[in-house]
Amino acid sequence: MKEIILLKNGELALKGLNRRTFEDILIKNMKHRLSSLGKWTFTPSQSTIMAAPENEDVDFDEAINRISKVFGIAAFSRALEVPKDMAVILDTVGTYLEPELIGIRTFKVEAKRSDKKFPLKSPEICSAVGEKLLEQFPHLTVDVHDPDITVMVEIRDKFAYIHGTQLKGAGGMPSGSAGNAALLISGGIDSPVAGYMMAKRGLRLTAIHFASPPYTSERAEMKVHSLLRQVAKYSGIINLFVVPFTEIQEQILDNCPEDLFTIIMRRFMMKCAEIIAAERDCAALITGESVGQVASQTLYALACTDRAVDMPVFRPLIGMDKSEVIAISRKIEAFDISILPYEDCCTVFTPKHPRTHPKLEAVLKAEEALNAEELISKAVENKRLVIINP
Amino acid sequence: MNAYLDNSATTPPCKEAIAAVNDAMTAHWGNPSSLHRVGIMAEDVLKKARTQVADKLFCRPEEIYFTSGGTEGNNLALFGAANAMRHRGKRIVTSSIEHSSIDEAMTQLEKQGFEVIRLPVDNYGRVSEKDIASAVNGETILVSIMAVNNEVGTLQPVGSIKRIVTAARSPALIHCDGVQAFGKMNIRPASFGLDLMTVSAHKIHGIKGAGALYIRQGVRITPSLYGGSQEGKIRPGTQAVPAIAAFGAAAEALQSSEKTTQRVKSLRDYFVYALSEIDGVDINSPSDALPYIVNISVMGINSEPMLNYLSNMGVYVSNGSACSKGKKSRVLKAIGLDDRHISSALRISFSRFTTTDETDLLIEGIKGIKQTIRPNRK
Repeated sequence: MKEIILLKNGELALKGLNRRTFEDILIKNMKHRLSSLGKWTFTPSQSTIMAAPENEDVDFDEAINRISKVFGIAAFSRALEVPKDMAVILDTVGTYLEPELIGIRTFKVEAKRSDKKFPLKSPEICSAVGEKLLEQFPHLTVDVHDPDITVMVEIRDKFAYIHGTQLKGAGGMPSGSAGNAALLISGGIDSPVAGYMMAKRGLRLTAIHFASPPYTSERAEMKVHSLLRQVAKYSGIINLFVVPFTEIQEQILDNCPEDLFTIIMRRFMMKCAEIIAAERDCAALITGESVGQVASQTLYALACTDRAVDMPVFRPLIGMDKSEVIAISRKIEAFDISILPYEDCCTVFTPKHPRTHPKLEAVLKAEEALNAEELISKAVENKRLVIINP
Repeated sequence: MNAYLDNSATTPPCKEAIAAVNDAMTAHWGNPSSLHRVGIMAEDVLKKARTQVADKLFCRPEEIYFTSGGTEGNNLALFGAANAMRHRGKRIVTSSIEHSSIDEAMTQLEKQGFEVIRLPVDNYGRVSEKDIASAVNGETILVSIMAVNNEVGTLQPVGSIKRIVTAARSPALIHCDGVQAFGKMNIRPASFGLDLMTVSAHKIHGIKGAGALYIRQGVRITPSLYGGSQEGKIRPGTQAVPAIAAFGAAAEALQSSEKTTQRVKSLRDYFVYALSEIDGVDINSPSDALPYIVNISVMGINSEPMLNYLSNMGVYVSNGSACSKGKKSRVLKAIGLDDRHISSALRISFSRFTTTDETDLLIEGIKGIKQTIRPNRK
């Protein structure tokens, strides 16, 4: 008898003929995330995938923790694999579920019988198991409408499975099933959340960070590594490109009007990002912008930024309040890292009074003072790859 | 070549300290409280270290209580004194530019019902004797003033507190945070009339994890931890023998403070003179400060890019206390500096091992900063 994980893949079931492709990606993602916890086998059947460790002494709690962060899983539960023998089932169910049963008052039993040759029918299994549990745990009563816990007994091809409470999975679609996109990340609260949200929709992330030494420090870049590590726990491995940005910022500072500094800088970031994104087979850019949050994120400023590139720009936080963003940031345990006080490329040289109503013509005119193409290709050429593992 | 000029944050361990650690970890690794010979050998190491530290403080070995470092020593002194004296009064007097391990502990004492008076400082960062005298009354149970400020190097009139307390007929215990002063100036708790003084090993080329609280013989404070009978029950817990051994060795290796201070002073003067030839550099430390610490502002340029620039060329300084990373300096604000000076401040801290070449590298770095780094907009 061993413990396994039963996974329900929710939204994937809707994908019709493509289901196999999505399922394969999901299994590959899970394999990768569990790889340091020994060998696992994954067996899909209908809308369920069974994940079973090959070794008995595997760190099961850590495996559950990692699985809870893999996108594409609607719900999952730890289950005990037992021989298809009613006597064994009745013998083990109470002991296995004891930790869950002692703290509650009501339960019900549900049985699923995909092997129709099993001698007992589902209602018979339910009443036998129910009776056994009532006998073993006299404090429990049965409530079929609103039980504290539902005890599941599944009779499948080779084995029977016993499990209690189903846990909520990370939801969404398997990372990579929807293609690749490039996340612009500064070191604040927003961009990791934006990356997390788009990864949830099945995008595989490449990240782009602009560093401006000596105005920004090694610690600022290390902070970005830590933030991405949190995101990678959900999205899987992330390739981060660090782009040297000092020269571009100094050129803008020296040659463009102060109140347009931020908007021109952001347009340059987008342009650099678009080139790297295309090189890395990404079909979209992702930013953490939200309307009206700061001067560079007014509707008019966003419109000017948008026009810098042809690639679609995804802004999943666009209509969210800061408090909503912070809630997600805390959930993915990025918040405490985000608020470390290092200067990042977006905060150095901030003008005293940035233009909140920039006009594209004025911005384009101001950019004429710069040799944009050369600056951008030089920055992109000197990018550095850092691989971020979960 | 590198120039480590952040010795107020920590110092590189001296060779004597490293040898002592090695010895304590290979030959004398026992529990000093054990009855057997291995324990006795470890106890001998502690005894030696206690004498070595006491010698440098001109006090008795029995007056030295080993701790884990400056923060613990300061906390033990403040809470221990306040608790022991709480039936005598509620008033505690301190300054507004203490290290965070004093300042935050004081905030906790306020929450426990003590009245904490934080005395202001003048533009040099000095607390006036007059202010101390008017704050100390018969209800005052504790006065805690640092010997040397950790950000600007200002010396405080610690030696005058005893006279003030006596004149006010106050029962107050006198504590001094001597972490930045120890080994760099002549500070004798007994002749200064101090009851308690905190020192730390890693600021004098020992290693992290050891410090001491001087408690004058006859003074009773309550412990913060309870357990075994180590350190006279004032600080129970098995002593960190290797770190304490290193502390003793580092203390013994300190040369006469007059001689080294003279050498560091000429280095400081050399540095300050070189700065006077660079436009837009202001010195924030008073000229009679402890020469080991020089606080400057490179006007118009933010501290962080300067630190990064210098770090890239192998010059290591700080923008304030390492214990308040990234926050705007409370101390520089208290000495009346404006935001322009505070946001462009650098703290350079020398050690007795600092060379002229290292100082030259820093000067070269500051010149480089002026040429390379764009001024801030504020």
